[in-house]
Amino acid sequence: METIKIQGTEDTPKVTLDKETELMEISGRSLPEDVASFYDPVLSWLEEYAQDPNPKTIFNFKLVYFNTASSKLLLDILMKLEEIHENGNDVLIRWHFPEDDEDMEEAGEEYADIVDVPFEQVPYSG
Amino acid sequence: MDNKKDVKGFLEFVYEFYKSMKAHEITLVYEGEITHQITKAFTSLTESNMAKEDESGNVQRKVFHVMVECLQNISKHADDFTSSDFLFSGRGIFLVSKGENEYSVTTGNAVENDKIEELTNMLETINKMDKDELKGLYKKQMKEGRLSEKGGAGLGFIDIKRKTGKELEYHFLPISNDTSFFLLTSTISREDN
Repeated sequence: METIKIQGTEDTPKVTLDKETELMEISGRSLPEDVASFYDPVLSWLEEYAQDPNPKTIFNFKLVYFNTASSKLLLDILMKLEEIHENGNDVLIRWHFPEDDEDMEEAGEEYADIVDVPFEQVPYSG
Repeated sequence: MDNKKDVKGFLEFVYEFYKSMKAHEITLVYEGEITHQITKAFTSLTESNMAKEDESGNVQRKVFHVMVECLQNISKHADDFTSSDFLFSGRGIFLVSKGENEYSVTTGNAVENDKIEELTNMLETINKMDKDELKGLYKKQMKEGRLSEKGGAGLGFIDIKRKTGKELEYHFLPISNDTSFFLLTSTISREDN
């Protein structure tokens, strides 16, 4: 299936969704002017991927900032991944956060509470 | 300004305005339409100023969060109105001040009077909530709330209170029989904790 590669900007995250190389990552900052239309292709991609997923899916979130409107769309993405997991597939969410950013760490914990899918918190320095 | 006396009066006003800004430690003030471009410009300006002043990463992140949510509140809500009145076309006042112990971010925009009750209830509810209650409300709203046409998720005020740990101070001042000016100020402690 088609690969999605979106370059990051000061207000939109970098997005890589590649079924073949098994690389799935959203990183950077997320405060798009139109949050729904920014994440629409990501959700559509996941919709299609869910029809025939890889045996193991590792999805990386490595955000340094996201606004409240984005938080809702991130939940939509996580719920899509939860669905893939519910269908009997191996799914792991890796939530990367700067080690000194408690709010980003807590955001990960909250998502892990809401969705029923294996969730790993990954602190990084820098 | 058609004569020298008026120009002089105006320039004197500018100096008073400047002194007044200094007295209130205002570092940024803007009146007009709040667009996404404005939001990006103001947040990056404040961010580079804070970095220059070696503000801690934690404080920088919180100020950034609060600024974005406040600016987006105006850009997403202020033009819900059907009125062609200039007061209602996504405009507002935005200011940032920096004191010895805290930053404050203040917004002001016109609202229709019939929105006052809803806004007051929402702010009072959020102000009364403790950390865990706010967390619960945020999660609930994220799950159940719907994105408005303008992309608002109804999470901004909750997020501000959670990030700052301080009550949101607000005030309504009458403009006319139907409308009021809604002022909201959030403070972010400069103590890194």
